[in-house]
Formats: sequence, C-alpha cells, structure tokens
Amino acid sequence: MDTTMSGKVKTWLGVASAPIIIWTCIPLIWILSESLKSTSALGDPTQNTVGNFWPKDLTFDNYKLIFSGGAKDLFVPALWHSIVVCLCATVISVALAMFCAYAIARLEFPGKKLILTTALAVSFFPVIAMVTPMFNLWRMIGLFDTIPGLIIPYLSLTLPLSIWTMAAFFQQIPWEMEQAAQVDGATSWQAFRKVVAPLAAPGVFTTAIIAFFTAWNDFVFALNLTSSNARTVPAALAFFTGASQFVQPTGAICAAAVIVTIPVVILVLVFQKRIVAGLTSGAVKG
Amino acid sequence: MSAAVDTAPNTRSQKRQKKHLSDRARAERTLGWKLSAPAFVVMLFVTLWPIAYAIVLSFYNYRLTDPAGKKFVWLQNYVTALSDSLFWQDFLTTFIIVVFTLFFELIIGMAFAMVMHKIVIPRKTLRTVVLIPYAIITVVSGFSWKYAAAVDTGFFNHWLHFFSAGAFPLDYNWFGGRWDSLFIICCSEIWKTTPFMSLLLLAGLAQVDSSMEEAAKVDGATWWQRFYKVILPNMKAALMVAVLFRTLDAIRIYDNPYIMTGGANRTQTLSMLVADETIKRVEIGMGSALSVILFIIVLIVAAIFVRGFKVDLTSTGGK
Repeated sequence: MDTTMSGKVKTWLGVASAPIIIWTCIPLIWILSESLKSTSALGDPTQNTVGNFWPKDLTFDNYKLIFSGGAKDLFVPALWHSIVVCLCATVISVALAMFCAYAIARLEFPGKKLILTTALAVSFFPVIAMVTPMFNLWRMIGLFDTIPGLIIPYLSLTLPLSIWTMAAFFQQIPWEMEQAAQVDGATSWQAFRKVVAPLAAPGVFTTAIIAFFTAWNDFVFALNLTSSNARTVPAALAFFTGASQFVQPTGAICAAAVIVTIPVVILVLVFQKRIVAGLTSGAVKG
Repeated sequence: MSAAVDTAPNTRSQKRQKKHLSDRARAERTLGWKLSAPAFVVMLFVTLWPIAYAIVLSFYNYRLTDPAGKKFVWLQNYVTALSDSLFWQDFLTTFIIVVFTLFFELIIGMAFAMVMHKIVIPRKTLRTVVLIPYAIITVVSGFSWKYAAAVDTGFFNHWLHFFSAGAFPLDYNWFGGRWDSLFIICCSEIWKTTPFMSLLLLAGLAQVDSSMEEAAKVDGATWWQRFYKVILPNMKAALMVAVLFRTLDAIRIYDNPYIMTGGANRTQTLSMLVADETIKRVEIGMGSALSVILFIIVLIVAAIFVRGFKVDLTSTGGK
C-alpha cells in the first residue's frame, strides 16, 4: 500500500513541477526570443508567432551588435569586470564568514551578538547611501573605477549575508557529534576541522552561491563607483544604445542579458549537485 | 572556590574539574575571537566609515554643486523629509510592494520547496531551473517583464486577449497607472526572488526529521496537520531567516521600478527617492538623512523580527 501511495504522490509531484518550470522559464525564453528578433520584428506582432512571443525569422544581429558592433566596447569589458569582481568578492567573503559563522553558532564568547547585529545592520544599510562617501574616498586614494575599488564595496554586500546565512546553516548541524569528538580527546580546532567542516560544507557551498549572485546582481555600486575601467554588466546595460540613436536598444539589451545569464546557468549546473546534496540529505539525519 | 575546605579528595576533584572547565571556556573564547575577528574587521572597514559619514552628512545642508554653502543644520533635513508628502507617498508604495511580494513569495516559495523536497522524476531539471531566476540580475528580470508587458513589444496583452477570448484589450497599457505598474513591478520581483525563498525553505525542510512526520502520519494526522504542526515548527529557523532577509531586502527595492517606470505614476520607492536626492539633485545632506530614515525603518522591522518572533541566531545548542 505504501508503494502505491508513494507512486501516486510521485506522479502528482511530477505534474506539480510543470507549472513551476513554465512560470520560471517563460521570462527566460522571452528574453531569449527578444534577443533573436530583428529590429522591425520587435515592434511588429505580424512578424512573430505564439501571440507576439517567438519571432518567425531568427536573427543574430543583436549578438553581433554587442560582440562586434556598436555596443562591443561597452559590453565585452563589462562582462570580464563582472566575472573578476564577483569571483573575488565571493571567495574573500565566504572564506572570512566561514570561520566567523562557526564561532557564532558554536562557541561561547562575548561579542558574538555584536557581530551579528553589526552584520545585519550593515547588510541592510541602503547601499545608495554608502556610495557618496565611498565615491569621495575612492577618488582621493585612487581606487575609483578600479577592480579592487569595486570588490571592497561588494564585500559589504556579500560578507554580512554570508555570515548570517552560514550561521543559520551551522546552527542546524548536530553538534553532539562535535562534542563526541571532543569527549574522545579532540581539541576545539580538531573537532572543527575533522567533524564540523565536512558537515558544514554544503552550507558553505550554498552560501558561496548566494554571495556570488548577490555580487553579480549589484547595480548601484557598479553604476556610481566606476566610469569605464571597471564597469560591470548591470550598470553597462543602463548605458546601452541601439544601432543608431533612433533605434530602441531593446534587442541589444536582451542579447546582453542572455549572455550574462550563460555563466550563471553554467554555475548553477556545476554547483547544482552540491546544492542538492547540501540542502536535502544535508548534514542532519535524525 | 576559595572558601572550599581542602580536606576530602572528593572536593579536590571537583575543584580540578571546575578549573579545567574555565580553561576550556577561556580557550573557546579566544578561539571564538580569533575565528570571527577577520570577518568582523573587514566588515567594519568596508561599512562603518561610510555609514558614520552618512550620519554626519545628514546633519548638513550640503549640495555638491555648492560646497562653500555647506552648513550644519541639526535635524532640519529630517524634519523636512518627514513633513514632505512625497516621502509618505514613497513610503506607502514601498510598504505595498513589501507586503504584496512577501506574501506571494512565501506561499509560492513554500510550494516550490515542498515539491522540490519530495519530487522524484524531473528532480534535477526542476532544481536547476528554479535556481536560475535567483541567479539572474534584477535589472535583466526588470527588462524582461517590462518588454513582456509593453504594448508594442510585449506578449502579455496578446496572451490575455487569447485566453479571455478577446475580452482583454490588445492595447492595454500596463504602465499607464499606478496599480498596474506596481503589479508588473511586483511580478518581476516575485519571479526573481521566490527561488531565494524556496532555497532557504528547502534547506529548512531538509532539516525536518522525516520520522517525526511519519509518526504523525501513523497517528492519523492529516496532510495539513502534519504541515502545520510538524513541518513548520521544525523549520522555523530557516523560515524566519528567509522572511527576515526578504523583508529587509524588499524595503530597499530599487532596480525593478527604476528599470520599468523610473518612478513614474507614483511608483517611486524610498530608495529611488534617496537616489534622486543624492545623485540627481546632489543634495548630499538630504539624501543622507533619507538614507538614515530608511535605515531606521529597516532596524525597526529587524528588531520586531528578532524580538517579536524570536529569530535568534546567536543561541547555541539545539533549536
């Protein structure tokens, strides 16, 4: 009886996943379809099918525009800046937060409430307000419009988030195992390295992904702390223009959007297994 | 301890144990500081100075174009801001967006998480697909929904026209009014951020002991009872963190309305007001004051969560 029930549930869940996938994919396919439309098709429903959704004639003109055409100098460097800045910010913040979150979740020491409160306060301070003072300082010390000048403010986005998320993960780890290790003679550090770290790895990976996406997503810092040498994609999109000044940049923006989505998809595919392992089977079993 | 009479060996062993414990406590304390210091110091370095400077600036009447006219005006900026109707209009807009999006994100996110938790057949596909919107840049999501709803390039009107058998007008302007614009903004926001919610909720779901759910099932609990009485209380930590993060993040919503309406039709949010004052009008003092107000709003909400709903990440040992 149990097998038939779970079989039924299986089918039901399979069916339930369909609307989720459709809801998630439509805006994605839509932006892909927009990027494949010619300039005339963008404003003319008769050149498209499925209710103005998909173009009858596919064209790669928009991609040519951003990779070799008028928008090339704007887009290609921005893509590299995005990748470098976000990877650096993620690695630094996760490495720092890992130790901090462990200490907060596990160890008894005065000041951890202060750390968490500060992390929260910092994490949700309106970023626009940090831009003005940073803009002044960066120009004085020569960090304006540089890669490090962007990594540092990005840490203010990723580091507090990493601390909070990881502390939450670490709190749900079965600490009895650490205690057991310590009873068996392990020091706090050994218990951390040999018992806790493997248990905590899934949480660390998930946190790294969240941190990367947060940095990848940033718009305000990139827009205001750079001019050309370190401008990332989201900010560059705001400066996109069409093939001529009379043409809407719709197609070019959509093509650029598709391109910046590709590394994200690759990342999701590479890390997905870890995320699933980390989030489902997880560290806790009973 | 000093008063202990040192006669029985029993007392001595107790004494040794006590000393041993305090040694361990001290080692633990030192280790705790060592582990958390780097992150804390870096965090302070990248944020404390700008935040402090923003607070200082909020007491000045300071325009970038007129640096000589910089004047200390006490709380004048705050008084002006709080007595301005535009501030309260933007406050209301932000509040509506926060409540509307959070409500739907929680429901949809929980549904996603529960399907993802138990699903067998398109398991990997579903999880990969659901991860993608979260990874996408908000600006991109904003453009996608904007073009989708636009009268000339969009498909919304065509699809609604088709599914309503022609009742829905093809030339309906989604960006013509406040509520329609807010609706599209919220749609993009919900689409973009629900995966974040469902990821955190899924993490919480995975921590729920399945044997407890089985036990409830054996005892005859209905699906809803199992969900409400067993699953939810056992994933409270993850649930509250997800809600807290989303609420505080939604309060400073900026990218979506910026891309879609630029604040037209009374869709300007508080963050956009700050940006307007700081960047467009270069009223650094007023912009900083508005930032501080926004920050205080965020602090109040966070305090309500942490105190009222007992979200406590600092407590150790068990849930």
